[in-house]
Amino acid sequence: MRTEYILVAVAVSAVITFGLRAFPFALFGGSRKMPETIVKLGKVLPATIMAVLIVYCVKDSLDNVIGTGIPKLIAVLTVAGSYKWKHNTFVSIAVGTLMYMVLLRIF
Amino acid sequence: MKQGKQHTWQTAFMKSIPILCSYLFVGMAYGMTMENAGFHWYYSLLISITVYTGAFQFVLITLLSSGASILTIALTALLMNSRQSFYALTFLDEFKRMGKKKLYMIHTMTDETYAVNCSLDEKESDRHGVMFGVAILSKSYWVIAAVIGGMLGQLIPFDLTGIDFCMTALFVIIFVDQWEQASSHVLAIVGVITSVVCLLIVGAQYFLLPSLILASGILIIWNRRQEAA
Repeated sequence: MRTEYILVAVAVSAVITFGLRAFPFALFGGSRKMPETIVKLGKVLPATIMAVLIVYCVKDSLDNVIGTGIPKLIAVLTVAGSYKWKHNTFVSIAVGTLMYMVLLRIF
Repeated sequence: MKQGKQHTWQTAFMKSIPILCSYLFVGMAYGMTMENAGFHWYYSLLISITVYTGAFQFVLITLLSSGASILTIALTALLMNSRQSFYALTFLDEFKRMGKKKLYMIHTMTDETYAVNCSLDEKESDRHGVMFGVAILSKSYWVIAAVIGGMLGQLIPFDLTGIDFCMTALFVIIFVDQWEQASSHVLAIVGVITSVVCLLIVGAQYFLLPSLILASGILIIWNRRQEAA
Protein backbone atom coordinates (compact mmCIF):
# COMPACT_ATOMS: atom_id res chain seq x y z
CA MET A 1 0.00 0.00 0.00
CA ARG A 2 1.24 3.48 -0.80
CA THR A 3 2.55 5.28 2.26
CA GLU A 4 1.53 8.57 0.71
CA TYR A 5 -2.13 7.49 0.54
CA ILE A 6 -2.11 6.42 4.20
CA LEU A 7 -0.53 9.68 5.33
CA VAL A 8 -3.03 11.82 3.42
CA ALA A 9 -5.92 9.72 4.79
CA VAL A 10 -4.61 10.10 8.33
CA ALA A 11 -4.08 13.85 7.95
CA VAL A 12 -7.59 14.35 6.55
CA SER A 13 -9.11 12.27 9.38
CA ALA A 14 -7.14 14.18 12.03
CA VAL A 15 -8.09 17.60 10.66
CA ILE A 16 -11.78 16.73 10.37
CA THR A 17 -11.91 15.21 13.85
CA PHE A 18 -10.22 18.22 15.42
CA GLY A 19 -12.39 20.57 13.38
CA LEU A 20 -15.56 18.93 14.67
CA ARG A 21 -14.37 19.16 18.27
CA ALA A 22 -13.38 22.81 17.82
CA PHE A 23 -16.31 23.90 15.66
CA PRO A 24 -18.49 25.32 18.49
CA PHE A 25 -15.51 27.35 19.73
CA ALA A 26 -15.07 28.86 16.30
CA LEU A 27 -18.77 29.62 16.20
CA PHE A 28 -19.11 31.14 19.65
CA GLY A 29 -15.45 31.88 20.29
CA GLY A 30 -13.47 35.01 20.86
CA SER A 31 -14.98 37.81 22.85
CA ARG A 32 -18.40 37.36 21.31
CA LYS A 33 -21.05 36.54 23.84
CA MET A 34 -22.63 33.14 23.54
CA PRO A 35 -26.36 33.16 22.92
CA GLU A 36 -28.32 32.38 26.08
CA THR A 37 -29.98 29.43 24.34
CA ILE A 38 -26.62 27.73 23.76
CA VAL A 39 -25.39 28.37 27.32
CA LYS A 40 -28.52 26.74 28.67
CA LEU A 41 -28.33 23.88 26.20
CA GLY A 42 -24.73 23.18 27.28
CA LYS A 43 -25.85 22.99 30.91
CA VAL A 44 -28.66 20.50 30.33
CA LEU A 45 -26.88 18.35 27.73
CA PRO A 46 -24.80 16.11 30.07
CA ALA A 47 -27.82 14.26 31.50
CA THR A 48 -29.15 13.65 28.01
CA ILE A 49 -25.78 12.69 26.54
CA MET A 50 -25.14 10.13 29.32
CA ALA A 51 -28.46 8.48 28.42
CA VAL A 52 -27.50 8.43 24.73
CA LEU A 53 -24.04 6.98 25.52
CA ILE A 54 -25.53 4.21 27.66
CA VAL A 55 -27.79 3.24 24.76
CA TYR A 56 -24.69 3.39 22.53
CA CYS A 57 -22.81 1.00 24.84
CA VAL A 58 -25.57 -1.59 24.99
CA LYS A 59 -26.74 -1.38 21.35
CA ASP A 60 -24.45 -4.16 20.08
CA SER A 61 -26.08 -6.56 22.51
CA LEU A 62 -29.26 -6.38 20.46
CA ASP A 63 -27.64 -8.76 17.96
CA ASN A 64 -26.84 -11.31 20.64
CA VAL A 65 -29.44 -10.99 23.36
CA ILE A 66 -28.59 -14.15 25.30
CA GLY A 67 -24.82 -14.13 24.88
CA THR A 68 -24.08 -10.50 25.74
CA GLY A 69 -27.47 -8.79 26.16
CA ILE A 70 -28.54 -10.46 29.39
CA PRO A 71 -25.08 -10.23 31.04
CA LYS A 72 -24.93 -6.55 30.11
CA LEU A 73 -28.43 -5.84 31.40
CA ILE A 74 -27.70 -7.57 34.72
CA ALA A 75 -24.35 -5.76 35.03
CA VAL A 76 -25.90 -2.34 34.26
CA LEU A 77 -28.62 -2.92 36.87
CA THR A 78 -25.98 -4.06 39.37
CA VAL A 79 -23.97 -0.87 38.82
CA ALA A 80 -27.05 1.37 39.12
CA GLY A 81 -28.39 -0.47 42.16
CA SER A 82 -25.12 -0.68 44.07
CA TYR A 83 -24.36 2.97 43.32
CA LYS A 84 -27.76 4.13 44.51
CA TRP A 85 -27.18 2.13 47.68
CA LYS A 86 -23.57 3.00 48.62
CA HIS A 87 -22.61 5.89 46.31
CA ASN A 88 -19.12 4.48 45.86
CA THR A 89 -17.92 4.90 42.27
CA PHE A 90 -15.04 2.43 42.42
CA VAL A 91 -16.92 -0.35 44.16
CA SER A 92 -19.79 -0.09 41.66
CA ILE A 93 -17.49 -0.07 38.62
CA ALA A 94 -15.43 -3.00 39.92
CA VAL A 95 -18.41 -5.13 40.94
CA GLY A 96 -20.30 -4.39 37.72
CA THR A 97 -17.34 -5.09 35.44
CA LEU A 98 -16.37 -8.31 37.25
CA MET A 99 -19.96 -9.45 37.13
CA TYR A 100 -20.12 -8.75 33.38
CA MET A 101 -16.88 -10.62 32.70
CA VAL A 102 -18.03 -13.64 34.71
CA LEU A 103 -21.53 -13.68 33.18
CA LEU A 104 -20.05 -13.44 29.66
CA ARG A 105 -18.27 -16.71 30.31
CA ILE A 106 -21.33 -18.43 31.81
CA PHE A 107 -23.92 -17.47 29.20
CA MET B 1 2.36 24.70 45.67
CA LYS B 2 4.10 21.38 45.22
CA GLN B 3 1.56 19.62 47.38
CA GLY B 4 -1.24 21.28 45.42
CA LYS B 5 0.17 19.92 42.17
CA GLN B 6 0.44 16.46 43.64
CA HIS B 7 -3.16 16.60 44.79
CA THR B 8 -4.23 17.67 41.30
CA TRP B 9 -2.47 14.74 39.63
CA GLN B 10 -3.74 12.29 42.24
CA THR B 11 -7.30 13.45 41.70
CA ALA B 12 -6.83 13.34 37.92
CA PHE B 13 -5.48 9.79 38.13
CA MET B 14 -8.30 8.56 40.38
CA LYS B 15 -10.87 10.11 38.07
CA SER B 16 -9.21 8.57 35.02
CA ILE B 17 -9.19 4.97 36.31
CA PRO B 18 -12.38 3.94 34.44
CA ILE B 19 -10.83 5.41 31.28
CA LEU B 20 -7.62 3.49 32.03
CA CYS B 21 -9.50 0.15 32.12
CA SER B 22 -11.38 0.96 28.96
CA TYR B 23 -8.58 2.51 26.87
CA LEU B 24 -5.96 -0.09 27.80
CA PHE B 25 -8.21 -2.87 26.63
CA VAL B 26 -9.78 -1.23 23.60
CA GLY B 27 -6.49 0.46 22.62
CA MET B 28 -4.65 -2.86 22.65
CA ALA B 29 -7.43 -4.44 20.62
CA TYR B 30 -6.94 -1.59 18.17
CA GLY B 31 -3.18 -2.13 17.94
CA MET B 32 -3.71 -5.86 17.34
CA THR B 33 -6.35 -5.28 14.68
CA MET B 34 -4.03 -2.83 12.94
CA GLU B 35 -1.18 -5.35 13.04
CA ASN B 36 -3.44 -8.07 11.62
CA ALA B 37 -4.43 -5.74 8.80
CA GLY B 38 -0.74 -5.22 8.02
CA PHE B 39 -0.22 -1.82 9.67
CA HIS B 40 2.72 -1.90 12.04
CA TRP B 41 2.84 -0.28 15.47
CA TYR B 42 4.19 3.03 14.17
CA TYR B 43 1.00 3.53 12.17
CA SER B 44 -1.05 2.85 15.32
CA LEU B 45 1.14 5.37 17.12
CA LEU B 46 0.72 8.03 14.42
CA ILE B 47 -3.05 7.60 14.09
CA SER B 48 -3.66 7.40 17.85
CA ILE B 49 -1.71 10.61 18.41
CA THR B 50 -3.21 12.63 15.57
CA VAL B 51 -6.78 11.34 15.16
CA TYR B 52 -7.51 10.04 18.69
CA THR B 53 -11.07 8.82 18.47
CA GLY B 54 -11.89 5.22 19.33
CA ALA B 55 -14.66 3.96 17.10
CA PHE B 56 -13.57 5.82 13.97
CA GLN B 57 -10.00 4.53 14.26
CA PHE B 58 -11.36 0.98 13.96
CA VAL B 59 -13.43 1.91 10.90
CA LEU B 60 -10.40 3.62 9.40
CA ILE B 61 -8.55 0.27 9.39
CA THR B 62 -11.21 -1.20 7.12
CA LEU B 63 -11.25 1.90 4.93
CA LEU B 64 -7.47 1.93 4.50
CA SER B 65 -7.29 -1.82 3.86
CA SER B 66 -9.90 -1.60 1.14
CA GLY B 67 -8.21 1.45 -0.39
CA ALA B 68 -11.27 3.67 0.08
CA SER B 69 -11.12 7.09 -1.54
CA ILE B 70 -10.01 10.07 0.55
CA LEU B 71 -13.49 11.55 0.07
CA THR B 72 -15.11 8.43 1.56
CA ILE B 73 -12.71 8.58 4.50
CA ALA B 74 -13.45 12.28 5.02
CA LEU B 75 -17.23 11.75 4.95
CA THR B 76 -17.03 8.80 7.33
CA ALA B 77 -14.94 10.88 9.77
CA LEU B 78 -17.45 13.69 9.49
CA LEU B 79 -20.44 11.42 10.15
CA MET B 80 -18.91 9.37 12.93
CA ASN B 81 -17.29 12.17 14.89
CA SER B 82 -19.77 15.02 14.57
CA ARG B 83 -21.33 13.98 17.90
CA GLN B 84 -18.25 15.44 19.56
CA SER B 85 -19.23 18.95 18.48
CA PHE B 86 -21.97 18.68 21.08
CA TYR B 87 -19.52 17.97 23.88
CA ALA B 88 -17.83 21.33 23.39
CA LEU B 89 -21.10 23.12 24.21
CA THR B 90 -20.90 22.12 27.86
CA PHE B 91 -17.31 23.31 28.29
CA LEU B 92 -17.15 26.35 26.00
CA ASP B 93 -16.61 28.83 28.80
CA GLU B 94 -14.31 26.69 30.91
CA PHE B 95 -11.96 25.77 28.08
CA LYS B 96 -11.81 29.41 27.02
CA ARG B 97 -10.55 30.27 30.47
CA MET B 98 -7.82 27.63 30.28
CA GLY B 99 -5.56 29.75 28.06
CA LYS B 100 -2.91 27.85 26.12
CA LYS B 101 -4.34 24.51 27.22
CA LYS B 102 -7.57 25.21 25.34
CA LEU B 103 -6.46 23.64 22.04
CA TYR B 104 -5.24 20.50 23.79
CA MET B 105 -8.49 20.23 25.74
CA ILE B 106 -10.47 20.52 22.50
CA HIS B 107 -8.34 17.90 20.75
CA THR B 108 -8.63 15.40 23.63
CA MET B 109 -12.41 15.63 24.07
CA THR B 110 -13.74 12.10 23.67
CA ASP B 111 -16.93 10.38 24.88
CA GLU B 112 -15.00 9.19 27.91
CA THR B 113 -13.20 12.40 28.91
CA TYR B 114 -16.45 14.30 28.44
CA ALA B 115 -18.16 11.94 30.87
CA VAL B 116 -15.39 12.29 33.46
CA ASN B 117 -15.31 16.08 33.12
CA CYS B 118 -19.07 16.12 33.70
CA SER B 119 -18.57 14.13 36.90
CA LEU B 120 -16.01 16.54 38.41
CA ASP B 121 -16.97 18.43 41.53
CA GLU B 122 -17.83 22.09 40.86
CA LYS B 123 -16.01 22.98 44.07
CA GLU B 124 -12.82 21.06 43.23
CA SER B 125 -9.96 23.40 44.14
CA ASP B 126 -8.01 22.94 40.91
CA ARG B 127 -10.80 21.94 38.53
CA HIS B 128 -8.99 22.99 35.37
CA GLY B 129 -5.78 21.29 36.49
CA VAL B 130 -7.67 18.03 37.03
CA MET B 131 -9.36 18.30 33.62
CA PHE B 132 -5.99 18.84 31.97
CA GLY B 133 -4.51 15.92 33.92
CA VAL B 134 -7.36 13.62 32.88
CA ALA B 135 -6.85 14.72 29.26
CA ILE B 136 -3.11 13.96 29.28
CA LEU B 137 -3.45 10.65 31.16
CA SER B 138 -6.31 9.39 28.98
CA LYS B 139 -4.51 10.13 25.76
CA SER B 140 -1.36 8.44 27.09
CA TYR B 141 -3.32 5.29 28.00
CA TRP B 142 -4.79 5.14 24.50
CA VAL B 143 -1.53 5.75 22.63
CA ILE B 144 0.55 3.40 24.78
CA ALA B 145 -2.08 0.64 24.62
CA ALA B 146 -2.31 0.90 20.83
CA VAL B 147 1.47 0.57 20.46
CA ILE B 148 1.71 -2.32 22.95
CA GLY B 149 -1.19 -4.07 21.23
CA GLY B 150 0.61 -3.78 17.91
CA MET B 151 3.99 -4.92 19.23
CA LEU B 152 3.12 -7.80 21.50
CA GLY B 153 -0.60 -8.36 21.25
CA GLN B 154 -0.43 -12.08 20.69
CA LEU B 155 1.65 -12.64 23.82
CA ILE B 156 -0.98 -11.70 26.43
CA PRO B 157 -1.84 -14.79 28.45
CA PHE B 158 -5.24 -13.83 29.92
CA ASP B 159 -8.58 -13.36 28.28
CA LEU B 160 -9.71 -9.87 29.23
CA THR B 161 -12.88 -9.82 27.14
CA GLY B 162 -15.50 -7.67 28.81
CA ILE B 163 -13.19 -5.41 30.83
CA ASP B 164 -14.20 -2.48 28.65
CA PHE B 165 -17.56 -2.64 30.43
CA CYS B 166 -16.04 -0.36 33.08
CA MET B 167 -16.72 2.59 30.79
CA THR B 168 -20.39 1.66 30.46
CA ALA B 169 -20.42 1.40 34.26
CA LEU B 170 -19.07 4.94 34.55
CA PHE B 171 -21.75 6.27 32.18
CA VAL B 172 -24.40 4.52 34.30
CA ILE B 173 -22.99 6.02 37.52
CA ILE B 174 -22.95 9.56 36.12
CA PHE B 175 -26.46 8.98 34.82
CA VAL B 176 -27.64 7.96 38.32
CA ASP B 177 -25.86 11.00 39.83
CA GLN B 178 -27.54 13.39 37.43
CA TRP B 179 -30.86 11.65 37.93
CA GLU B 180 -30.63 12.17 41.71
CA GLN B 181 -29.56 15.81 41.46
CA ALA B 182 -32.03 16.83 38.78
CA SER B 183 -35.16 18.69 39.78
CA SER B 184 -36.79 17.17 36.74
CA HIS B 185 -36.10 13.88 35.00
CA VAL B 186 -37.14 15.24 31.62
CA LEU B 187 -33.51 15.59 30.44
CA ALA B 188 -32.58 11.99 31.09
CA ILE B 189 -35.83 10.65 29.68
CA VAL B 190 -35.42 12.76 26.52
CA GLY B 191 -31.98 11.18 26.05
CA VAL B 192 -33.25 7.63 26.44
CA ILE B 193 -36.29 8.04 24.20
CA THR B 194 -34.60 9.94 21.36
CA SER B 195 -31.66 7.56 21.22
CA VAL B 196 -33.83 4.44 21.24
CA VAL B 197 -36.11 5.89 18.56
CA CYS B 198 -33.13 6.90 16.38
CA LEU B 199 -31.46 3.53 16.96
CA LEU B 200 -34.58 1.76 15.69
CA ILE B 201 -34.98 4.08 12.69
CA VAL B 202 -31.41 4.82 11.57
CA GLY B 203 -29.69 1.68 12.85
CA ALA B 204 -26.77 1.13 15.17
CA GLN B 205 -24.01 2.61 13.04
CA TYR B 206 -25.19 6.19 12.65
CA PHE B 207 -27.84 6.80 15.33
CA LEU B 208 -25.70 8.98 17.62
CA LEU B 209 -25.78 12.18 15.59
CA PRO B 210 -29.53 12.22 14.82
CA SER B 211 -30.18 11.39 18.50
CA LEU B 212 -28.13 14.37 19.68
CA ILE B 213 -29.65 16.79 17.17
CA LEU B 214 -33.19 15.68 18.01
CA ALA B 215 -32.52 15.76 21.76
CA SER B 216 -30.93 19.24 21.54
CA GLY B 217 -33.94 20.55 19.65
CA ILE B 218 -36.29 19.17 22.28
CA LEU B 219 -34.14 20.57 25.10
CA ILE B 220 -34.05 24.07 23.56
CA ILE B 221 -37.84 24.08 23.31
CA TRP B 222 -38.09 22.70 26.85
CA ASN B 223 -35.76 25.45 28.18
CA ARG B 224 -37.91 28.12 26.53
CA ARG B 225 -41.08 26.62 28.00
CA GLN B 226 -39.49 26.66 31.46
CA GLU B 227 -38.71 30.35 31.08
CA ALA B 228 -42.19 31.18 29.88
CA ALA B 229 -43.78 29.28 32.74
